[in-house]
Amino acid sequence: MKLIFEKSIPGRGQQIFPACDVPEVLPKVELRKSVAHLPEISENEMGRHYTALAKRAHGVNDGFYPLGSCTMKHNPRINEKMASLPGFTKLHPLQPACSVKGANELITGLEKALCEITGMDGVTFQPAAGAHGEFTGLLFIKSYHESRGDHERNEIIVPDSAHGTNPASATMAGYKTVEIKSNDKGMVDIESLKAHLGPKTAGLMLTNPNTVGLFDENIMEITKLVHEAGGLCYYDGANLNAVMGVVRPADIGFDVIHMNLHKTFSTPHGGGGPGSGPCGYKAFLAPFAPGLVSRDGGEYTRAEKSFGNMTGFYGNFLVMVKAYTYILTLGKEGIPAAAKNAVLNANYMQEKLKDLYPVAYDTTCMHEFVLCLEEIHKNDKVSALDVAKALLDYGIHPPTMYFPLIVHEALMIEPTETETKETLDEAITAFREIYEQIKNAPEAVCACPQTTPVLRLDEVKAAREPVLKYQF
Amino acid sequence: MNYPSELKYTRDDEWLLEEDGVATVGISDYAQHELGDLVFVNLPEVGDEVVAGEAFADVESVKAVADVISPVSGEVLEINEDLLDDAALINEDAYAAWFVKVGNVTDKEELLSADEYEAYNETR
Amino acid sequence: MIKEEIVATYIPNTREEQLAMLNEIGYKDFDDLFKHIPADAKVKGELNLPSGKSELEVDAIVQGLANKNVVFRSIFRGAGAYNHYVPATVDAIANKEEFLTAYTPYQAEISQGILQSIFEYQTMVAELTGMDIANASMYDGASAAAEACNMFKDRKHSTIYVSDAVDKRILKVIETYSFGRNTKVCVVPSKDGVTDKAALKEMLEADAESACFLMQYPNFNGIVENADELCQITHDADTKFIMYVQPLALGALKTPGEIGADVCVGEGQPLGLGLEFGGPYLGLLAANAKFMRQIPGRLIGETVDSKGDRGFVLTLQAREQHIRREKASSNICSNEALCALRAGIYLATIGPKGLKDVATLCSSKAHYLAEELGKVGLKLAYDGEFWNEFVTTCPDADKLLKALGDKGILGGLKLEDGNILWACTEMNTKADIDEVVAIAKEVF
Repeated sequence: MKLIFEKSIPGRGQQIFPACDVPEVLPKVELRKSVAHLPEISENEMGRHYTALAKRAHGVNDGFYPLGSCTMKHNPRINEKMASLPGFTKLHPLQPACSVKGANELITGLEKALCEITGMDGVTFQPAAGAHGEFTGLLFIKSYHESRGDHERNEIIVPDSAHGTNPASATMAGYKTVEIKSNDKGMVDIESLKAHLGPKTAGLMLTNPNTVGLFDENIMEITKLVHEAGGLCYYDGANLNAVMGVVRPADIGFDVIHMNLHKTFSTPHGGGGPGSGPCGYKAFLAPFAPGLVSRDGGEYTRAEKSFGNMTGFYGNFLVMVKAYTYILTLGKEGIPAAAKNAVLNANYMQEKLKDLYPVAYDTTCMHEFVLCLEEIHKNDKVSALDVAKALLDYGIHPPTMYFPLIVHEALMIEPTETETKETLDEAITAFREIYEQIKNAPEAVCACPQTTPVLRLDEVKAAREPVLKYQF
Repeated sequence: MNYPSELKYTRDDEWLLEEDGVATVGISDYAQHELGDLVFVNLPEVGDEVVAGEAFADVESVKAVADVISPVSGEVLEINEDLLDDAALINEDAYAAWFVKVGNVTDKEELLSADEYEAYNETR
Repeated sequence: MIKEEIVATYIPNTREEQLAMLNEIGYKDFDDLFKHIPADAKVKGELNLPSGKSELEVDAIVQGLANKNVVFRSIFRGAGAYNHYVPATVDAIANKEEFLTAYTPYQAEISQGILQSIFEYQTMVAELTGMDIANASMYDGASAAAEACNMFKDRKHSTIYVSDAVDKRILKVIETYSFGRNTKVCVVPSKDGVTDKAALKEMLEADAESACFLMQYPNFNGIVENADELCQITHDADTKFIMYVQPLALGALKTPGEIGADVCVGEGQPLGLGLEFGGPYLGLLAANAKFMRQIPGRLIGETVDSKGDRGFVLTLQAREQHIRREKASSNICSNEALCALRAGIYLATIGPKGLKDVATLCSSKAHYLAEELGKVGLKLAYDGEFWNEFVTTCPDADKLLKALGDKGILGGLKLEDGNILWACTEMNTKADIDEVVAIAKEVF
């Protein structure tokens, strides 16, 4: 399909701005000489262009989206309606606090609800996404140790099953990452943890349920050991959807946590953002909180030892509006019900697939599970990637591939609670049919997809000869 | 798989050629094969110190990055700038595509002969 | 209250279906399914939250909160967030559910729409800024600035220089990131509202570890600084030059590319995003091609599929956290893709002529307001040339801003020294401006 620049014809365009009703003045400085090659295109042609692009995209509303660790649940329309109210969208961030009482009341209300769900004592909404929330959480930990004059602690312990953002965030916070092994159940190996804890330990970053979808049964002991060594415990909330209303991170020993409003709390992913990664913290970390906050409609204040600001203003406010709307809708009954059904749907699929596709850890999973295609790859020369691409021809978005790194040829499946039994059954049938094909005609699986707008793309060429913009 | 007999190898899959006190280092044919199509190489700068057993460069494929471990300690005298423009050279001929030339060599990792390295790879 | 027969909103399976599924896979009930979680880890009883509510009730509650806020009918405040016009096409297109509800385009074959839209956005940002390449977006302008400064940290260079004429909110985020990365931030003093060039030269020459210098264009006081000179001084000291821009100003001003900047960052909010109480906004990041592999965040590249047809993929991913982990150029993964889509639609809607028009309108209105305010005694605080923002003196800023507020007008921003920072956009008509001036005349 053509790029919008290839549809541009000089002299065409849209009439958006009025004539100037005051004398035209530009600053007396050097002005731009080059012309910006922006499209010159009519509204009709432009509308068709983007509609064609939309047809070449796959959202939750287009079909099943069991992308592990991403919690691709339904994005309620009421959330969008509320976030488009002029009483929110037309607020200048530097309006007087007394003129944005409703907005600050919403932020406070959301903070209260998230505190209740996580057991934390406060929440900052400064972070704009999950990774940003991790970075924020680690700065809480850093501030805490430094405020105590404890400058020797420069290590963050991360399990080998962790999302890549964990070690990357640790680096951004100035920490050295210490990787610990998982045990044969995919959980933290207590002995390995003990061996790495010590006077240099600043903290532990952990996802629970972990990235293979299992709840770590030793969690109480893990957090206790870290605390005994003088470290703090950070909870990566990527998988909070499995336990919200059932387990509260603060109750199992975590000191600081980030949540992904765009996963657990139903706000849309927008093709890769905007998200929101609020960071919850226990009371003893409150003095370090970033950002300006207006409580009870009063003037903005900053925590006494605040480590700064993560974003220019108050974080992604409109995403907060959506999450608040969602929490109001679900309430105290709906929140645990969502977690329970997310776990049910995952176990249902796991149980119906594991005879053909071995699961990495054959036990009750939480909201997601990991298939291990190592044997299939070895015997039938069909990889996890091939199976993923075959699913495209069924109109199903593939699971997360090749993650976590501790499982070879991994496919990580997270159905979420908003899918019907029929959808799960259809996906199970697709997986089973693909398995039949692996056994009968593996080369056909390797040639998938066949029905998509483009076929498999040459990623090597893209990386070797990078073309990152249109050449006019 | 190709194992030139005039070279020495490491268990981390680097090759080494020593001539007149200068060590030329690259990655083995086995390594480039395992890594797949390489798209980029990060090299040290001339004058940098490299340490035996520590990473001095890395190679990128589309979905992975691997450290290249120095078999020797010393000072980088020269780098192969051609690789910075075209990492595919490593896939084409891993033994022509040297990474660095190291001088003032003070220390060395345990090195394998071509036969030993080939035997080692067969057990992996 | 919600009606009892609805299990919980957005969970489609009925209670009976749920139970049947549980039984089918060998569990008695939900308690049985969760029995492997240690009892002492579980929540005792219910969460202390209200009961779930119907859509109609939720709608009323949230509308009630929105209605408690004051929406000003006329806005003369900027300082990092600008009340520009958002064309109708932007909402109509960006709200398409295929764009709204998709994840990051990991599966290229079914994500060409998202990938191509971002590739087009990257192209437009490169065109707008005059830079070689642009990334797929950052969280907001301030975090983009902080990440840009960290691009040039290496073993030998770890001091970041920031002009005092840069918005303190941006500086704050740069300092926060530096607290993490253990880099040092030095503020280069300003004089008469602009960066003190002599001080910059002296500071950079005295520091062998300087990594980069960041200036704002136009700066926080609205002044269009002589970026060519600052660039020269910075490069002479073997330091990287980063420009923080208001993107619409580049409809008129010499571009960072023409000036020779190494990296250009900025707040993309003026490009089709609302004021939105501060977010979500859009971090712009564009760079000279030689820094391609130091760029944080997603990059979309062009390639071909197995038939040879053009297609787009996430590329140069080995820079990123999911591959390079602790050695990644940044930890960023989710960015602001939908906001980038909005910016792309915005720029495609206004086109090259619209870009020039809007830049001219903003400048013209601001100059008219400045001139008229001058007539009632609010004089320009600085001599420098400005685009759409400027600082005036004011005998009593609180009094004037209150009088404006009473009429539904959000006046300029009161600064620490009692001066006012005013901003105009194409939204401010001559009548709006005359009204502000009339009120100012009445007050003083």
